Amino acid sequence: MDAAAAGRALGRRLPPAARVFGVRRPPLALLGLSLVVGLAAALPALYLVFAVLDDAGGALDAVLTGRTVGLITRSLGLAAAVTAAAIAIAVPLAWLTVRSDLPGRRIWATLLTLPLVIPSYIGAYLFVSALGPRGALAGLLGVEELPSIYGFTGAFLVLTLFTYPLVLIPLRGALQRMDPSLEEAARVMGRSPRDVFRSVVLPQLAPAIGAGGVLVALYALSDFGAVSIMRFNSFTRDIYIAYESGFGRTEAAALGMVLVIVMLVLFAVYARVRAARALHRVTPGVQRPAQPVRLGAWRWPALAFCGAVAASALVLPVGMLLYWATKQISSGLELGVLAANGWHSLLAAAAAALSASLAAIVVALLSVRYPSVLTRIVERAGYAGYALPGIVVALALVFFTTRVALPLYQTLGVLVFALAIHYLPLAVSPIGASLMQVPPRLEEAARGLGRSPLAVLRTITTPLVASGVLGGAALVFLHALKELPATLLLAPIGFDTLATDVWHQTSFGFYEASAIPALLLLLIAAPPLYLLSAKGSVAS
Amino acid sequence: MLFRRRPAALVALAALLAGLAACGSSDDENGLTMYSGRIAPILSPAVKQYETASGVDVKTRYGDSPALAATLTEEGKNSPADLFFAQDAGSLDAVEKKGLLLKLPADILARVPAHFRSKTGAWVGVTGRSRVIAYGEKVKRSELPDSPLKLTDKKWKGRVGWAPRNASLQGYITALRLVEGEDVAKRWLEGMVANDVQAFDSNIPVRDAIAKGEIDLGLINHYYVAEAQAENPDYPVKVHFPPKDLGSLVNTAGIAVLASTGHKQEALGFVRQMLSGQTQRYFADSSKEYPLVAGVQAPKELTPLADIPAPNIDLAKLGDLQGTLRLMRETGAL
Repeated sequence: MDAAAAGRALGRRLPPAARVFGVRRPPLALLGLSLVVGLAAALPALYLVFAVLDDAGGALDAVLTGRTVGLITRSLGLAAAVTAAAIAIAVPLAWLTVRSDLPGRRIWATLLTLPLVIPSYIGAYLFVSALGPRGALAGLLGVEELPSIYGFTGAFLVLTLFTYPLVLIPLRGALQRMDPSLEEAARVMGRSPRDVFRSVVLPQLAPAIGAGGVLVALYALSDFGAVSIMRFNSFTRDIYIAYESGFGRTEAAALGMVLVIVMLVLFAVYARVRAARALHRVTPGVQRPAQPVRLGAWRWPALAFCGAVAASALVLPVGMLLYWATKQISSGLELGVLAANGWHSLLAAAAAALSASLAAIVVALLSVRYPSVLTRIVERAGYAGYALPGIVVALALVFFTTRVALPLYQTLGVLVFALAIHYLPLAVSPIGASLMQVPPRLEEAARGLGRSPLAVLRTITTPLVASGVLGGAALVFLHALKELPATLLLAPIGFDTLATDVWHQTSFGFYEASAIPALLLLLIAAPPLYLLSAKGSVAS
Repeated sequence: MLFRRRPAALVALAALLAGLAACGSSDDENGLTMYSGRIAPILSPAVKQYETASGVDVKTRYGDSPALAATLTEEGKNSPADLFFAQDAGSLDAVEKKGLLLKLPADILARVPAHFRSKTGAWVGVTGRSRVIAYGEKVKRSELPDSPLKLTDKKWKGRVGWAPRNASLQGYITALRLVEGEDVAKRWLEGMVANDVQAFDSNIPVRDAIAKGEIDLGLINHYYVAEAQAENPDYPVKVHFPPKDLGSLVNTAGIAVLASTGHKQEALGFVRQMLSGQTQRYFADSSKEYPLVAGVQAPKELTPLADIPAPNIDLAKLGDLQGTLRLMRETGAL
């Protein structure tokens, strides 16, 4: 049993103090750092508390209606369906691109992760243009009108196709780190391959699937772009309506609180799924890379599956974008502006990815190695920032910066800070999942041999969780690239990014003109994803 | 592995920090800062006119009007903004209610008719936009109803689009409540929902859906079609100004000066420039909006402002949307 499991099992029978602070006391430096990170990440939720306290009665009135219940139910239904579908797509893709001899694994891995970069409002608009009642497909088929994709169908389709990489990335990391000797042992003992997958492989992948699944569910809950274009009445849409009506600060904040509470419940459920389990190797010796499984004739259906997902999540939207871009290029390009915007996007997203993954290492270490009530609060505070719509996170930063750090207001530093806390869980969850696969006794041995805690972190833990850290950083980077509401409100004036460029064009209905910055977003995202995919494929 | 490629990582880190430092350098103190809900292609030529005339630089933060209004509210007295240019009266009103706007001097207020500015003098309208019924190629001119209230007719079932989140539609419903009474507004909303009105995200997708033939009619603002026609003279959507029941109500995009500004004279100068003949003509020509200052010719394709029955209501009251939103939710319109 590992330390986490021991702590949790013992925690129930221990005096309250030990339950709060944990069985094993974390080093003070780690505890201090993670409290700082936790506080930073909790700023959006704290802001909601301030805003609700303005007019607590009004806030209650706004929330305690049948409408709220109905909208939450709809949103949860959408989130559940999207999560299930995203997992169903991501599991076979991860296995095929890591463990099989699928031709072009690394390219597939890159292509199949890219849809994450397409902003959901652009993705939704592209789908309406392509598959809408009078879209391009109707034209190709020569029919007058296709059945409507508006409403649940459209929102489900778009959110699934643009969020399944959230499961794919951590899952590929987990598969790569998994010790093949367990499977081999099971196979030697006479289990069928299917049995081995179910009883040996799947349980080891559960943390990664769970971590990715929670991210997909929270994304679907907080998304505004796709649901608004697909005309699906969701809870987040109501929060935007409250802000748009101009008087609704309290109401919007109250609704945001409901979203945070739903997130906490969801997370409590997830924590049960992730219940203590030793996932790391306990046997001595060095882990070997797995032998790729020969697909044989199965390679054709496998290729067809990868092709079908790539076609609908990437080729179709990118094809539409290219078509628009060719129309746009003929009317002239402002290359200088594009280059500047691209550089701004890259800079802000890279800085956010770097700061978020550093902060995430701290949070993940604390919550996996020293579990307690306190560490759980710190970890969950981080998820609030991700569960809330971007506009809430942005306004929270406006609120606090103008009150306590005015000279920093609307500088790049604050934008990066906002992006980092908004997307912190994206980095925490893959790092946490990879940390659970690292045996704590390795660290303990190093400590026993006289290394300092920091040296252990640097020389033992970090290299072993590197794939998780890179995966987490990549997720933050991809999200930060396309982030809009916080960038609009918090960036220095004139610091236009590709995402704000897309917004400028689409807010005027010039969807064609948004194609080139949108394509450039994909181009910027591709190289890091390609590098990352090297981590995930087996040595050949 | 992360640490084996240390030199590369260090170079990347150094480049990142250098980039951060370069972009972090803060602004000079002399220019004006404006928050704008109006988009850059329309607004920036007007800003240039001011900069040329005054020699003062203007930096503009673009965003959605309501999000910028919420930002100004959270910033309070520490706002870096000197000016707020909004797409709709509601956003200006929200900031005014927080007491964050400067009372404008009489010479500015006098340039704009009373029903296109705040009663307390905290903001003025710059341009007007009319509500219209936009229609596609399948609809004959003679079929068009003379009032939006007639769109609840069976004949239009499933053929009409609107954007219930849009401030202008909400403004229309508020005006309807104030002028025709709560009952009329309620029955209309119920009738529209029962008649399967198609709800879109904003005015532009309504317009685009008419162009594609997904729907035949749409309740939007006139200039969306004017803009599309400026790009493409054969654009398959036309506009109809319904004469009855406030059908062509005129909303306004307006501007305000923040009370916390440290550049009051320059900011007021900017407002004066927006109300000058030169800039008013520019807006009328480029985005086909109604100029609000007397003596400037409206775009000739529009129904003259004088012929649109201006409802005898205070436009600022349209900012009080709470009742309208409640009614829209009750009736399932939102």
